[in-house]
Amino acid sequence: MKKVLSLILLAFFTLTIIAQNTAGYAIGDAIQPFSLKNINGKDVALSDYTSAKGFIIVFTCNECPYAKAYQDRILALDKKYAPLGFPVVAVNANDPVAQPADSYEKMQARAKEKGFTFPYLSDPDQVVTKQFGATNTPHTFVVEKNKNNYTLRYAGAIDNDTENSNPQKTRYVIDAVDALLTQKEIPVTKTKAIGCGIKWKKG
Amino acid sequence: MKSIFTVFIVLISLHINAQKVKLIKLNDLEKRISNGKDTFYVVNYWATWCAPCIKELPYFDQLQKAHKDKPVKVLLVSLDFPSRYKKKVVPFIEKRKLTSEVFLLDETDQQAYIDRISPQWSGALPATAFINRAKNTTQFFEQEFTYKELLATFNSLQ
Repeated sequence: MKKVLSLILLAFFTLTIIAQNTAGYAIGDAIQPFSLKNINGKDVALSDYTSAKGFIIVFTCNECPYAKAYQDRILALDKKYAPLGFPVVAVNANDPVAQPADSYEKMQARAKEKGFTFPYLSDPDQVVTKQFGATNTPHTFVVEKNKNNYTLRYAGAIDNDTENSNPQKTRYVIDAVDALLTQKEIPVTKTKAIGCGIKWKKG
Repeated sequence: MKSIFTVFIVLISLHINAQKVKLIKLNDLEKRISNGKDTFYVVNYWATWCAPCIKELPYFDQLQKAHKDKPVKVLLVSLDFPSRYKKKVVPFIEKRKLTSEVFLLDETDQQAYIDRISPQWSGALPATAFINRAKNTTQFFEQEFTYKELLATFNSLQ
């Protein structure tokens, strides 16, 4: 009887964990440091960045007009914040079968064409994308690293002006990283990720 | 004389085409609904880059045609970037002979306008609001519709 009960409990907890995983990390949650294949064929792990203070993790893709609109701003984020300890790590969130424009070869071509200074990782089974609860491209997560602890500090949009037409825009990611670097409180920790829905693997 | 006439015709047709999609601020879209003489509004949010949106656009137009003598108005509101107005949205609408009113939302702060349109909306497309002004109710759906589903939803909210 006791055994049955513990099995039921175990099943219940497993289900709860699965349910939590699909919803993704909440602000303040510890995140699992991941390792995925980069466009040069080599794996990139968050734990490789021994001196990083954190990461700007962007779930994105090749073809979505929102993702394309933010490419240059993502490059600028890496240029400014990688030397300060917050490099950009980009992950292609789309399934290449559901969206052929997001194949590994096309990722390589885009990175070359735009001169990506950051890794552009493939997540073929969308495991990491689901862990983070990413829903749109682009969907950005600012993670703080403290020794071997990784904590989610911001999730959502890069700024509130996709077309880059308003100089008075609110730059959520910049504000979050600046706050972490100066040990201040992050003004906005969560916004809506604006962009195309992620194309999920079927079946 | 003939050439003047041609220029005139071209100008008129350009004018008609330009009228086909209207750039609109969210304030004015809200006014279009609150000051309109119809009692039921179906507001579909779409974009030229959103494949499921394009698939369901004809269903919304079909709904409008089926209720053309009723106080029912379908408004198709594109969330394409305002800079794509002339290059993308106008030609797209010209190609499809839609009878519904078409707008392009002329706003840039998505965080603000998404919450104003519906606080329950993640911002994903397609999305549709069913506004019954007689009953003063609004139902918001973040999903795609087949024509059958659209008609059933519309009827259930009368």
